[in-house]
Amino acid sequence: MSGHLGPDILARARQLISLYPEPRSALVPLCHLAQEQDGWLRPEAMAEIAELVGVTPAEVQGTASFYDMLHLEPVGTYLVSICTNISCMLDGGLELLEHAEEHLGVGAGGTTPDGKITLEEAECLADCDHAPCVQVNHRYVGAQTPETFDALIEDLRAGRRSDEIPSHGTLIRVRRDGGLRADPEQVASERAAMAEAKARRAAEAAEAAGGEGGS
Amino acid sequence: MAEQPAGAPAAPTDATEGDFTFTLNGRPARGRKGEMLIAAAERAGVFIPRFCYHPRMKSVGVCRMCLVEVTGPRGAALQPSCYLEVTEGMEVVTDSPKVKKAQDGVLEFLLVNHPLDCPVCDKGGECPLQDQTLAYGPGESRFVEEKRHFEKPIPISDLVLLDRERCIQCSRCTRFAAEVAGEAQIDFSGRGEMIEVSTFPDEPFSSYFSGNTVQICPVGALTAVPYRFTARPWDLDQVESTCTTCAMGCRVAVQSSANRLTRILGIDSEPVNHGWLCDKGRFAFESVNAEDRITQPMVRRDGELVPTTWSEALDQAAAGLRRAMTDGGPEAIGVLGGARLTNEGAYLWARLAKGVIGTDSVDAQLGDGLPAETVLGLPRATIAEAASAATVVLLCGDLREELPVAFLRLRAAAVDGTTALVELAPQRSALTPLTTSFLQYRPGDVVELARALTGTGGPPQGVDAGALESARQHLGSGDVVVVLGRPSLAEDGAMVAEAAEVLAGLPGVRFLSALRRGNIHGALDMGLAPGVLPGRVGLEEGGAWFERAWGSVPARRGRDCTGILSSAAGAGDDESRVTALVLLGSEPSVDVPDRDLARRGLGGASFVVAVTSSPGEAVDRADVVLPAAEAHERPGTTTNIEGRVSRVAQKLVPPGQAWPDWMIASELARYMGSDMGIDSMAAVWAEIERLAPAYAGITADVLDAPWARDGVVAPFAGAPVSQAAVPLDPIAVPGVESVERQGAPPRAGSAVTPTAGPDGQVTVEQGTGGQGEGRPPVLAGPAGINAPHVAPTDSYSFRLVVGRTLYDGGTAVAMSEALTPLVTSAPLRVNPHDLDDLGITTGDLVRVRTARDSVVVPVAADPGLARKVVATELNVPFGDVTAGDLIDATSPVVELRLETP
Repeated sequence: MSGHLGPDILARARQLISLYPEPRSALVPLCHLAQEQDGWLRPEAMAEIAELVGVTPAEVQGTASFYDMLHLEPVGTYLVSICTNISCMLDGGLELLEHAEEHLGVGAGGTTPDGKITLEEAECLADCDHAPCVQVNHRYVGAQTPETFDALIEDLRAGRRSDEIPSHGTLIRVRRDGGLRADPEQVASERAAMAEAKARRAAEAAEAAGGEGGS
Repeated sequence: MAEQPAGAPAAPTDATEGDFTFTLNGRPARGRKGEMLIAAAERAGVFIPRFCYHPRMKSVGVCRMCLVEVTGPRGAALQPSCYLEVTEGMEVVTDSPKVKKAQDGVLEFLLVNHPLDCPVCDKGGECPLQDQTLAYGPGESRFVEEKRHFEKPIPISDLVLLDRERCIQCSRCTRFAAEVAGEAQIDFSGRGEMIEVSTFPDEPFSSYFSGNTVQICPVGALTAVPYRFTARPWDLDQVESTCTTCAMGCRVAVQSSANRLTRILGIDSEPVNHGWLCDKGRFAFESVNAEDRITQPMVRRDGELVPTTWSEALDQAAAGLRRAMTDGGPEAIGVLGGARLTNEGAYLWARLAKGVIGTDSVDAQLGDGLPAETVLGLPRATIAEAASAATVVLLCGDLREELPVAFLRLRAAAVDGTTALVELAPQRSALTPLTTSFLQYRPGDVVELARALTGTGGPPQGVDAGALESARQHLGSGDVVVVLGRPSLAEDGAMVAEAAEVLAGLPGVRFLSALRRGNIHGALDMGLAPGVLPGRVGLEEGGAWFERAWGSVPARRGRDCTGILSSAAGAGDDESRVTALVLLGSEPSVDVPDRDLARRGLGGASFVVAVTSSPGEAVDRADVVLPAAEAHERPGTTTNIEGRVSRVAQKLVPPGQAWPDWMIASELARYMGSDMGIDSMAAVWAEIERLAPAYAGITADVLDAPWARDGVVAPFAGAPVSQAAVPLDPIAVPGVESVERQGAPPRAGSAVTPTAGPDGQVTVEQGTGGQGEGRPPVLAGPAGINAPHVAPTDSYSFRLVVGRTLYDGGTAVAMSEALTPLVTSAPLRVNPHDLDDLGITTGDLVRVRTARDSVVVPVAADPGLARKVVATELNVPFGDVTAGDLIDATSPVVELRLETP
């Protein structure tokens, strides 16, 4: 199933895997990488990730399906999340969601026919002081009223916000300043230090046990 | 209960045994270090309800059904007893109002989304959820909302269906797949209330062990296609028996309804299968139910097989065999097969062939085995010893394909990190990823490799020097078990035997046979091989002993399967040609790897008697057909790969006029003018115990003793066998017996036939190991095999490796409706660089030329193969032919050339 991830993504995936003692620890970051390429987690991508980290595709799917930010169905270029938790609900979150559904012509969880917008009802987005809170591709766009929401959608469709909001899948946090840099020497030295500490602890424990036995 | 012999260790699950005392419901109980509280309580006779806990898997504590009150520093608190190790002085209460309330709550929550379709659910009547709700539940639900809905059932494999609505998310199936089988093709997906077991798109749960998930599922979420809607559990009648689909000898519960088999379930046998079965063993019972079974005697009249009476068929068989003897002496008769027989059947056929007819040309192995003297003579290890050895050397085929449950045992040992695996094979197997050294050799180099490993020779070309060095370090551990089988069927077994005998020089080495065919070890032990007599005795050493008992024994060593078939085919010009064949449940054109030889041998014989239960080429060619009872249709004993003798039970009345094999042998002897004086199966066993040295002391009483429920290993030294006092997984005890164990109200009668225990004392012959009293010695030590030398090849030719696959064209699969569709065709696998040289790629056709044939088959790239080595599997479609058409039994290796067609 290899060959789905592009060379750049694949190189970054290998870098990520090398960060962890166990390859499978890189599973979730790799899912984000695949989403960066495709906008969602395609089965081909999951199969390739499985191969890369040494688990079965079913396990990748099982893990990915747990997380709301990993999408196993196609998503539009822009994922619009509207919070309906308590603060936002009190400030009109539910009404905003209803308006959005009407304006976009799709229910929560649906994608517009032009493939541009996916609407999502979200749990708390941790921006309660800007209720009702809205995110586009996980970037805060501030509190919205039905009117500003419509303008926002128009901007998104026209590509006027593409500078600040890249298409769905790109997570700044994964890229860490535009690229994940794992200095092999540093990784090696950290691992050596860990092994040394572990051996030291074991030796101390053995000594303690030996001392006990002798006394 | 039978008295245990002196020196018997207490059963390991005895409630009084333990490292320390803790308090359970106000009474003192014994706990062991590292033991889970739920298990300690169970040993003390207190059943704690559970769903997710399974003693053969790691605890996860997800279902919360096993909550009990444990007094800790902050007072009594509810804790999951499956996830809490018992400790000294622990105070545990399992029946307080607080515990009861927790159980009520957990069950009410579990039932929130569980459909109440028990009346149409296969699990109904033997369902742990049903039973434990009855015993511990609230009885009423306050839930009035809509339950969750899914499409149902959905197939997760060809054999298993999933009903997601019934699932209670205990994770037994997903943990089994990941932890035990090592194939996590099913996993939970989703979260919270919408969690579900799922497969990846287009990747079904194709594990050979998928049926186990159906058995351990505590609800009706997983059902097996062959059993679904065929029976209600309370209508089933069952016996405990031993599976003889392969030679592992897993303990099973055989269930039937109206004289048809309905289901096979695994029983937890500590020394053998730990409760697991492979899907072939679980579902191949359909072949017993098959409509086209041979059920009446037939004789050939004017070229046509016509049904007749037993007396006429036996008369004709006796006459034909006598005619062959008159013309060519006893050696004109060859007997092929015997692994489908019980020990009793095998013994009596061996006596008929060797004692009455006088031919030693008898072979239960069909060209796919090893010399009997090697298998019987090398020091032996048990399965448990292999699974706990410091080093296991794999010199065998892919165990997952050949002895699936042995694969599970060794996989567990390797995953635990307690056992180092060293594999010697021409191609990769399912265990290869777990090996510490994988020594890939070119077919024909196995003896050289063994010498290199024991330091008596240089390494063969192409073997990885690093892996060799690492392997040599492990081989010095002094605790080495060699799993000995056939790494490739296109390589002479004698070479593997010689390699094994070289490895026998290692310190502390023992061998575990990996011959796979049904009761092959019983057949060899009973003398169904050239050069041996019953009880693992050589013809020479045991000749006098058996001559006294039987009246006569063969004058000289006979031919093996290849020899018998070659002689029948007219090869060689000796006067003692084999002209008559007796086929004991064997189907040479399928079973013998060299298919051409099998056809010529069968065609060349002038008289063929087929003792069989299934139609096929053997019957088509036979002059006399004698219908034999199948597994589950006759009682007896069987012997597994470690020499463990255990009971097989009769569950069905044989169809039509089929007879048990021992009876056919006994009657045929009578028709040949020699009464063996046998009138019952018990009489056969008594004679085996008396005459066969390796079986001395294994009396019927011993086999029926409660402590020998798992069978006893031959030679029997008088040591009793440990037997779990409580079933390890009481909620998956086969059948409705589990209901009582879970605390539900008692019901009338047990569906499990209790193992018959003699009332009196069991007399155990102690410590003889079968020796003494004038008995001949059992075979011991290497047989001194000298394999033919393999000439070096020119650089154009390839060497062939032929492995096996679990679902092949053998009789058991071919006659089982559910398994037949699982047979897939095999391409010729070739190293990708060799494919590049040929200018072809996966899916293309290639012309294969051997010394005697040329066929066109599809190829597939296999980077796991060495250059100039190609591989495929026996008995599955391979282009328009099968791999058997390429194998030449008379040549030590099979060389071939590849050309673009």
